[in-house]
Amino acid sequence: MAEACLRVRACGPLVSWQDGGRLGMMRFGVPASGPMDRLAHAAALAALGQPAGGPALEVSVAGLELACESGEVSCSVTGGEFQVHHAGGAVRSWCVRTLRAGEVLTIRSGRRGSWAYLAFAGDPVCARWAGSAATHALSGLGGGLVRPGSAIVVRHARVNEEREGELPVPVPVSGPLRRPIRVVLGPQLEHFEPDAVEAVRQAEFGVTLAFDRMGMRLAGPVLRLKDVLSIPSEPLVRGSVQVSGDGVASILLADHQTTGGYPKIATILSCDLDAVAQHRPGEALRFECVEPAQGVALARAAAAASSAFLRQMGAARGTLSDRLMRLNLIDGAVRADGGAMPLP
Amino acid sequence: MQPPSWPKFTPVADHALLVSFAEVVSDASHAAVVALDRALAVSPGIGLVEKVPALVSLLVDFDPLLTDHVQVQAHVQGLLGQPVAEPAAGRLHEVEVCYDEALGPDLASVARASGLSADEVAARHWQGAYRVRMYGFAPGFAYLSGVPAAIQVPRKPAPVRDIPAGSVLIAGTQCLVTTLVMPTGWSVIGRSPTRILRGDERAPFLFDVGDRVRFTCIDRATYEQRLAAKGHG
Repeated sequence: MAEACLRVRACGPLVSWQDGGRLGMMRFGVPASGPMDRLAHAAALAALGQPAGGPALEVSVAGLELACESGEVSCSVTGGEFQVHHAGGAVRSWCVRTLRAGEVLTIRSGRRGSWAYLAFAGDPVCARWAGSAATHALSGLGGGLVRPGSAIVVRHARVNEEREGELPVPVPVSGPLRRPIRVVLGPQLEHFEPDAVEAVRQAEFGVTLAFDRMGMRLAGPVLRLKDVLSIPSEPLVRGSVQVSGDGVASILLADHQTTGGYPKIATILSCDLDAVAQHRPGEALRFECVEPAQGVALARAAAAASSAFLRQMGAARGTLSDRLMRLNLIDGAVRADGGAMPLP
Repeated sequence: MQPPSWPKFTPVADHALLVSFAEVVSDASHAAVVALDRALAVSPGIGLVEKVPALVSLLVDFDPLLTDHVQVQAHVQGLLGQPVAEPAAGRLHEVEVCYDEALGPDLASVARASGLSADEVAARHWQGAYRVRMYGFAPGFAYLSGVPAAIQVPRKPAPVRDIPAGSVLIAGTQCLVTTLVMPTGWSVIGRSPTRILRGDERAPFLFDVGDRVRFTCIDRATYEQRLAAKGHG
């Protein structure tokens, strides 16, 4: 049985195993967790022909350095625009490479994005809790956080030469959006002064350093509450924009609390959350309010675009000679590998 | 402003509907939450992903590729219009608590505030009848109602760090048995060896919202024995 063993030589905080998420347990206080950028995670798996929703490493801006100690295994890197080095040379992020014994792979913060994904061709060994390897960072439940010295073992490791190379990049999704983040106002709108709602529609907010897998606190205008009476705890979702008593907004993300007593002024559409999570502290974001029915229509359009993108990601690129052959046979119709594919 | 008519339906993003039954917590509003939760378990309708019961409201999370807010609201309204089966009693769970002062460092202050002895505080606590109102904050954090009036104390002004997992906390009418090491502003009156996170994939938690809980008092030796039996030692 082919097995590849890798060793974490260096890594910062918040590098964790994440699979598609632990769904259906919010009623027990358990958020889905899973990747902060779900499309980039799915793309990393698709690029290797791995089953959808399987485990991959989520790498924070703090970075990760791995050495392959034995065996060989293909791997993919996606998400944001990180700096990737393999076997001593710089390679583009959004790529498939093969790691062989003695080689080092480094993923470091690059020009854009807060989260990168590293998937392996094979079955990475990681812990599961309640049916999922998704790591809930606060409790450590699930596959867990990776630390310097951690061993990473990939069983049934494969080398996919036909998949090696650069991957297509979903331009607007791999970093902060250049358009506003779409939200539906509420569900606790009645607790806010009208100027707070106006600020959500018009103002620019900044991402602060208080940003982890649970959520991000925003800087911006004070969102005034009508009263500071405590309201009964209500359910929260990934994407809830909750406002504390002092008028400061926070966006809840993958490891969010499932209930809470702060009123929510707006909730971000699920299809815009990957882009939200890829912001970095200091970057700005704006909101655009849409009606619930528009939100559903946008979610459907985004799901269709994501499926098409993942199909493209999953297509084997062929061996080098295959690729050259195709380029010769099909006159100009084939984009160069790594061409950017815009999504709506 | 006109008082809203109950229940109130509020869309949440593109994928959920919040059904609220009241503005303030009461047995009646929570019973309505639990009744709808159970009705949806029997008749989930199209595209239901999950439902999250809380104190006065229930969140219905759905797949926007299969349904939308209008259809989910119509489905819920249909269920609410049906005669309610007699309220389910909820399963009864026993949770053991050791009220040793070393494990319940706030027993003395709760005793002072309520004019009772530490033993009396413990007795009032385990004689109470508790119900699971909601989960929140962290995996397995179940908020229980039913703390007897005699030992109700407010939260502390500032949280205390590193309270061990298994701690039994009270604040106001609420009680909670922690599952993780955490900071808390609630009063720590004991510790439980009863495992709430079960590690069983199909039933990972000891109780569900609407279930009943009874605390039983164990001594320190029994507590240590239980821990050893679980292989925590």
